Amino acid sequence: MSALLRLHNVSKTFRGLSAVTSVSLAVEPGAIVALIGPNGAGKTTLFNLVAGALRPDSGEIHFNGARIDGLRPDQVCGAGIGRTFQIVKPFAGLSVLDNVVVGALKRATGVAEAKRHGANIIAQLGLRPKGDWPASALTLPDQKRLEVARALATRPKLLLLDEVMAGLRPTECDEMVALFREINRREGLTILLVEHVMRAIMALADSVLVLHHGEVIAQDAPAQVVRNPAVLDCYLGEDTEL
Amino acid sequence: MNPRAAYLLAALSALLLVLPLVADSYLISLATLILYLAYTGQAWNLMMGFAGQLSLGHALYLGVGAYGAAALYHHFGIGPWAGMWLAIGLSVSLAASLGFLAFRYGISGVYFTLLTIAFAEFARIGFDHFNWVGGSGGLFLKVAQRDQIDIFNLRGTPVMFYYVMLALAAGAFALCAWCLQSRPGYYWRAIRENEEAAEALGIDALRWKMLAIVSSAAMTALAGVFWAFYYNNLFPEQIFSIGRSIEIILGPIIGGIGTLAGPILGAALLTLIADGATELVAALGWDVPGVKQLIYGIILFAVVVFLPQGIWPALARKLNLSK
Repeated sequence: MSALLRLHNVSKTFRGLSAVTSVSLAVEPGAIVALIGPNGAGKTTLFNLVAGALRPDSGEIHFNGARIDGLRPDQVCGAGIGRTFQIVKPFAGLSVLDNVVVGALKRATGVAEAKRHGANIIAQLGLRPKGDWPASALTLPDQKRLEVARALATRPKLLLLDEVMAGLRPTECDEMVALFREINRREGLTILLVEHVMRAIMALADSVLVLHHGEVIAQDAPAQVVRNPAVLDCYLGEDTEL
Repeated sequence: MNPRAAYLLAALSALLLVLPLVADSYLISLATLILYLAYTGQAWNLMMGFAGQLSLGHALYLGVGAYGAAALYHHFGIGPWAGMWLAIGLSVSLAASLGFLAFRYGISGVYFTLLTIAFAEFARIGFDHFNWVGGSGGLFLKVAQRDQIDIFNLRGTPVMFYYVMLALAAGAFALCAWCLQSRPGYYWRAIRENEEAAEALGIDALRWKMLAIVSSAAMTALAGVFWAFYYNNLFPEQIFSIGRSIEIILGPIIGGIGTLAGPILGAALLTLIADGATELVAALGWDVPGVKQLIYGIILFAVVVFLPQGIWPALARKLNLSK
């Protein structure tokens, strides 16, 4: 019962279309959980519900012992949940470092401290040489890294990653996986990620949740999930190579 | 700050401090106008350039500030240093109602801008019929002896008004400079660039946008107090007109929205060029009514087409002043 994040019968409907149907799940502290499923399965909707960008029609979301459904996004961030956006949303006119400083200010007492923290984070993400660049000048993979850097700068307990590996080269993907493993091990950061890149999921996730038509159809270790007939049928396909 | 920029700022400050010793009354009135526009431009820029909220109704805060302080002085003999608090209070409460209405109920972008125009127009029409402050006939302050300096009642020589406006402009510059490099500046610019991402990083967008509109209105109200005691007459059709609002925003647009130096540079360029042209046309004996507005239009057009970021960013790059 000590789950960090717990969803209980959470549902969300858009104009009669059911995007998320009575989803219950739990994420243990320190776990890395992947959320997979075909397009339109409700993964991003589920993220937006947890992050406070959407309000569930019914059900409850508990985080770190407190109920968070109905809170605004900034309050959810304050509670300790950091998120990235699938479609990147950089502060295009600000420098790469300043983008991260905005996030760091959440827990910093002043700009000087936020700048130190931000500089550390962009170094971890390999963005330090581009710290002075305007964020608009970054390539898409770098903008994905910036999304991660900004979210990490808020010092979250739970990090929601929405397809941050998409568009990365395999070596870059492996670097990102290594980084998340490292932060997870060092700081006990809990991670919930939506991802299509199976290479990353197999290397990173402790467990995998499969969402289909807004419902959880499987939850298991990665090696088991990829053999689950229902998952193969709706998402991965029979001849998935891993 | 870049050392060259610091020298430039020091030189400009020194020049402005000693200007009344060498300038004639015409130049002083021109410089006072430039400082007034630099100040109001700075106030508008805080809301638009920093926080990304476009107001085309800043005449509202200017006019309410002017009328608030002038009415207290006219009816009760209360001086501007006390009256400005009422002026600021009135402006701030109007800005807070406008802001809350818009930001709380998701009125954004062009609809927000229309709302700012509507508020200013309401005020214009309302004050036209507000007979306690003279209605459309205007409110006039007693003109005291122009050679006596009475700083407590803000009655005195043009040089006194010049220094008052210089202090206001310098204060606004310092305030905006401080804002830019501290939490408000970072949060406002984040909201300007992407509000959804800003909120995901823990920023209460409603609260920070409210702070932006309220600060901007308070600053503009002070300019209104100055206006009332400098010109000694107020007409709703003049002070609340959309032309007044546009006059405020031209400087920062031409100088560079979101920059610190932009509003100052824009105010100086516009005023000097427009006034120079008016003088020239008069000296040539031509009769061209509205030449000033025509010049404004041409400058605005040229800047929007060739330097959409404004003149200052390009100039700063040329002079190696940016960091």
